[in-house]
Amino acid sequence: MFMRFVDEFRDGGKARALAAKISALCEPGRQYKLMEVCGGHTHTIYKHGLEDYLPEQITMVHGPGCPVCVIPMGRIDDAMALAAEPDVIMTSFGDMMRVPGSNGSFFDAKARGTDIRMVYSPLDSLKIARQNPGRRVVFMAIGFETTAPSTAMTLLRAAQAGIGNFSVFCNHVTIVPAIKAILDSPDLRLDGFIGPGHVSAVIGCRPYEFIARDYGKPVVVAGFEPLDLLQSIYLLMAQLRGGESKVANQYSRVVPWDGNATALKVIGQTMELRPYFEWRGLGFISHSALKVRAEYSGYDAELLFGVPGVRVADPKACQCGEVLKGVLKPWECKIFGTACTPESPIGTCMVSQEGACAAYYNYGRIRRTRVKEASRS
Amino acid sequence: MTGVREDLVLERIDRTRRARARVREDRITMSHGAGGKATHSLIEAVFLDAFDNPLLAPLEDGARLQVGRSRLGFTTDSYVVSPLFFPGGNIGDLAVNGTVNDLAMTGATPLYLSAGFILEEGFPVESLTKITASMARAARQAGVRIVTGDTKVVQRGKADGCYINTAGVGLIAAGLDLGVARARPGDAIIVSGPIGDHGITIMLARGELDLEADVTSDTAPLNGLVGSLLGVTTGVRALRDVTRGGVATILNEIARAADVGVLVSEEAIPVRDPVRGAAELLGIDPMYVACEGQMVVVVDGAVADVALGALRAHQAGAQATIIGHVTAGPKGIVSLRTSFGGTRIVDLLVGDPLPRIC
Repeated sequence: MFMRFVDEFRDGGKARALAAKISALCEPGRQYKLMEVCGGHTHTIYKHGLEDYLPEQITMVHGPGCPVCVIPMGRIDDAMALAAEPDVIMTSFGDMMRVPGSNGSFFDAKARGTDIRMVYSPLDSLKIARQNPGRRVVFMAIGFETTAPSTAMTLLRAAQAGIGNFSVFCNHVTIVPAIKAILDSPDLRLDGFIGPGHVSAVIGCRPYEFIARDYGKPVVVAGFEPLDLLQSIYLLMAQLRGGESKVANQYSRVVPWDGNATALKVIGQTMELRPYFEWRGLGFISHSALKVRAEYSGYDAELLFGVPGVRVADPKACQCGEVLKGVLKPWECKIFGTACTPESPIGTCMVSQEGACAAYYNYGRIRRTRVKEASRS
Repeated sequence: MTGVREDLVLERIDRTRRARARVREDRITMSHGAGGKATHSLIEAVFLDAFDNPLLAPLEDGARLQVGRSRLGFTTDSYVVSPLFFPGGNIGDLAVNGTVNDLAMTGATPLYLSAGFILEEGFPVESLTKITASMARAARQAGVRIVTGDTKVVQRGKADGCYINTAGVGLIAAGLDLGVARARPGDAIIVSGPIGDHGITIMLARGELDLEADVTSDTAPLNGLVGSLLGVTTGVRALRDVTRGGVATILNEIARAADVGVLVSEEAIPVRDPVRGAAELLGIDPMYVACEGQMVVVVDGAVADVALGALRAHQAGAQATIIGHVTAGPKGIVSLRTSFGGTRIVDLLVGDPLPRIC
């Protein structure tokens, strides 16, 4: 059964043709490292087995664009403290439920009796607040510029309707400072970037121009279907072959060059940059995260409740930071797949479906040659 | 340089995965009921540890018992679905069909069922009679009788309306010995029809997603279909009805129990368009979504076409499809050839499939 807008982007014939063109662009003896910034792309690569199409000369390096992965443990502990306040109903996205803090995950807290609910949109949290006027409903907001507009809209609606028992624990982060941190990191040599698709639908392509201009690396903003990615790799390789470094937009069916003005406006209305924010593995990065604006302070859970705000060091053995920066492949981490597994994750990269470790463990942990032998037999 | 090391890491992971299961959490979480890894750990580390005996150990859908000269299939299952009524059925249909199917998967002809009800104070009697009417109808359709039962009422708030437990017994024909551990390289793997209908129906019926699709539960008895299949060939190695955890979980159980590899083709797996569409939107893989009227058949590759013909000749198996094969290796691993043309593994989920953030 053919599904429009899905199957045309998963066409094996077109994939083979693109793969041949990509191979032809490889210069003999040169190794290429391309970073897909976004965890959604990492997921696509492993879920569809895209690496089967790439020549050995090309290595995909997984970037930091996984919302759950970059949340530091201290913020999880803060969220737990909020959830334990009297009358609070804590709400967040499903992906957050298994992320470990110092004292277990949301799932564990839920089993201990804390009222934590999974929502599909912050508007669902607002609905819960309306339905439970005697309770205080907190939405744990996470994600890059992709999810920030929906948090912003919810803040606006809450203010409009005068809903007083709703607040946001804001953990939104911005992608560009993280990319810059990686570019400035001494331990990694990258040849080009696959730019995040959904983030760019909001911020557009211009914010990446410094990567091409100042660092001389090509960027191709890509869609999330496997052919989107393969085509973007081809476009990157073509630039590299031609000695170019430009920002290109492969995902023009969704991403306007200048982004989404309305979405940017509502973010600006309700949130502002924090002076600095801690990222898991990457440390403190200045102007890299958003907080609720003073005008909406009545909806800022951090102010309403006062969170502990204690910085908690990652477990010693955890190498999520190196994985998030692309310095280590998931399986190169010392505890990958033994102490740290999807059923008992130590690091965040093993929790989210978009985390590089979870994607590799769940989909990519494969001896490709052995499977090929098996399919011939 | 990395090729060698990655291989060593994969071997280390395989060793870890073969280690004895244990429950790390100090309390039960929702993941323990989802049918994935957490459920498996709970069953092996708590229940199997306490009750261990050779009849329980294979952890099939039901036990096979020798009683005098007869062989019985015996199984039990509890139903806690929410909402109680959904497009295509209700908890009553599920409670009968689910247990009938578990019996059918042991190769038994289902005969008698028990029904235990846990009712919440305040539950409407009208709803209860609707449920029991559905159970009676489902029992007639499957050719079984509900011959014993139990009722308990708990205080308001201590249960969610109505929970049902059913148990069942049936007779297994002489010489029939089914089990996933019997799978061997070269066997074909068949699924009896489109997957994921029930799970997606329930997710949408909960009304939390503001999403509508033309999809109904596939709840149905499979004993007729199993009868037709077993009537034409002795090459059937194992039957599994697809419930929580979906087809992916069953394939993993085959690979693990028989110490073989399983290779399936994504393109071959039948999924209805509305189910596929909803799953795409939610970022959920239909291979992990529950069914209530589909089964996976492991059959000797030499008679795969005969088995497929028998299934397709029956109304309940009209869309049966061969989705893959059992391979000699990689042992314990389920591999999938994606429609895109790549390869990946299909692992057990930890708990329920969680929707993605963006």
